[in-house]
Amino acid sequence: MSDVQKKPRLTSDEAKAYWSSALRLTVGLLAVWFAVSYGAGVIFREFLDQFSIGGAPLGFWFAQQGAIYVFVALIFIYCFAMNRLERRYGLGG
Amino acid sequence: MDQTVWTWFFVLLSFSAYLGIAIWSRAGSTNDFYVAGHDVHPTVNGMATAADWMSAASFLSMAGLIAFMGYGGSVYLMGWTGGYVLLALLLAPYLREFGKFTVPDFVGDRYYSTFARVVAVICALFVSFTYIAGQMKGVGVAFSGFLGVPFEWGIIIGMVIVFFYATLGGMKGVTYTQVVQYCVMIFAYTVPAIFISLIITGHVLPQVGFVSNVRGEDVSMLAKLNTTLTDLGFREYTSTDKSMLDVIAITGALMFGTAGLPHVIIRFFTVKNAKAARYSAGWALVFIALLYTTAPAVASFARLNFIDQVNGATYITDDVDYATEAAAITAAGGKPVPAWYKDWEKSGYLPFEDKNGDGVMQYRGPNSPDGIENEVNPNRDIFVLANPQIAALPGWVIGLVVAGGLAAALSTAAGLLMVISSAISHDLCRRTLFPMMTDKTELRVARASAAAAVVAAGLLGLFATSLPFVAQVVAFAFGLAAASLFPIIFLGIFWSRMNKEGAVFAMLSGLISTFWYIVYFKFGGGTPDQYLFGVSPEGIGFVFMFMSLAIGIGVSLITAAPPQDIVDLVEDIRIPGTREPHGIADKGMQPDRDYGEEGLAPIPAE
Repeated sequence: MSDVQKKPRLTSDEAKAYWSSALRLTVGLLAVWFAVSYGAGVIFREFLDQFSIGGAPLGFWFAQQGAIYVFVALIFIYCFAMNRLERRYGLGG
Repeated sequence: MDQTVWTWFFVLLSFSAYLGIAIWSRAGSTNDFYVAGHDVHPTVNGMATAADWMSAASFLSMAGLIAFMGYGGSVYLMGWTGGYVLLALLLAPYLREFGKFTVPDFVGDRYYSTFARVVAVICALFVSFTYIAGQMKGVGVAFSGFLGVPFEWGIIIGMVIVFFYATLGGMKGVTYTQVVQYCVMIFAYTVPAIFISLIITGHVLPQVGFVSNVRGEDVSMLAKLNTTLTDLGFREYTSTDKSMLDVIAITGALMFGTAGLPHVIIRFFTVKNAKAARYSAGWALVFIALLYTTAPAVASFARLNFIDQVNGATYITDDVDYATEAAAITAAGGKPVPAWYKDWEKSGYLPFEDKNGDGVMQYRGPNSPDGIENEVNPNRDIFVLANPQIAALPGWVIGLVVAGGLAAALSTAAGLLMVISSAISHDLCRRTLFPMMTDKTELRVARASAAAAVVAAGLLGLFATSLPFVAQVVAFAFGLAAASLFPIIFLGIFWSRMNKEGAVFAMLSGLISTFWYIVYFKFGGGTPDQYLFGVSPEGIGFVFMFMSLAIGIGVSLITAAPPQDIVDLVEDIRIPGTREPHGIADKGMQPDRDYGEEGLAPIPAE
């Protein structure tokens, strides 16, 4: 039941390095999140609408479908990348 | 079987499943009651989260709203899904690592302040009650539209069911009920969508049909919809009359609001650890995306079908026999008003006014090229419910959709009730007023407050008849969550210098400003030309969120730094598996400790 398991404590340098890697990953993925939703779906929509995917204007498609697919992918990429990062520091299991 | 029989069949079948689960999953401790014992599998939790969070608004209203707003409806699609990326990356794993029961619990402990805890309780109650009114209205609409039960009775039936499984099973009961509700919902949503997609485009997947040609024609479905709409004087489907800033603000309010909604956040406390919380957010979005990528397809098909069947149809009045008259009109080469239209007309959701007196229904947009006035004003909320009838699908599909709509409304209502009851029993009673309370007493109080919350929600639903469209009411809850709760949770994790003064000011400023803005513009006579930066009330939470962040940071910087214990705690929760109890924050309550009969040590005054 206990959550507070005894894990090897990181040294403060390791903890800093871990946290800055986690932050870099987070910021990178959020940049993609911003690019597909606000970027492709709103700000550059009119530009992208000159192209089309199937029968839908591309910017419109991103706003109504594409962004959602990318969001799902982003979260799983985050899960895998965080697992790898945790393993490297002997955390989380 | 007759359609009403099918509807009762699906509704009763799903309701008995919910009750069965409630009995099977009785909660034995507060740990079970609040967080389902912390042992829900991430995939199962993802499914429960999807049901918890997809409300009557997602199921019943969203496709209808998109059908009318076209591109403008994208704010709901991107906003309500994009929030999960924020939740997964910024909040869920860290909050799980923090390891408490509720959102006010996090706020009270992280900001070492009973006052901050109470303010968070107020925010959580505000958000949840705003939201629950919309759910109850959805239950009423589904019951009254299909089962011939008066609106009020519909709400009461729904409340009795939720009462049973929420008070008995707590979070445990709610979790497993929500899993079943998700299955009911997604099946009910996708089955008619697949049928309609096949009819219009010939593709099985609505997501593919959405970007394909109309069956047997060399024109894409969306292009055809665009021409049809502009011919009638509407905007193109793929365009919007909203300003870009407004689109950005509304999308943002929904994204950050999703991330700040207490009933969504508490779902991540039910899994085992931070890693499971991340996966769980991913699974939640997978299950949500199944419905959310179908919705825009449903919306465009529905709009096309609606115009096709209603515009130019000969109206049949109620004083003549519908069947005979319709047959006569068809024989004469005309198009009679469809039978489903006559059905829904009784509910008042499909008013027709024969302005030019020609007996034909003209459905026109604001820039009607033939100068004819619009005579039909459909209510957006009925589209998903009426869609199977519009597409002439078999009776059992309609029954299924009703059961799905009820599942959507009830699952969200139950999730909200858990927030309300835990805010009262755990945060107000146990952690603030009566710290000596035992676990057993707290469990009783939790059940009692869940029961009281059910009654309050029911009453609210009865009064919600006069509220605007379900989806819009719900949008306000998101604005409130975005401006009041998201900033302090986010800063609480990512900025260890954030202190209690900053937190209190941030929460209160966000809550008060957003609430005031919405009330002023929706009920207080404000006009759109007075909008702040042209942002409508639906999107204002996004603007005030930045204000709340700035106030939180500013106030923290000019007041004393938080104690070292808190700084250590914040560093702990950033690194998975290293969470240890820290002085002030965990005084009297450590994560996952069983308190049994001994009760808690009193929390000393700060």
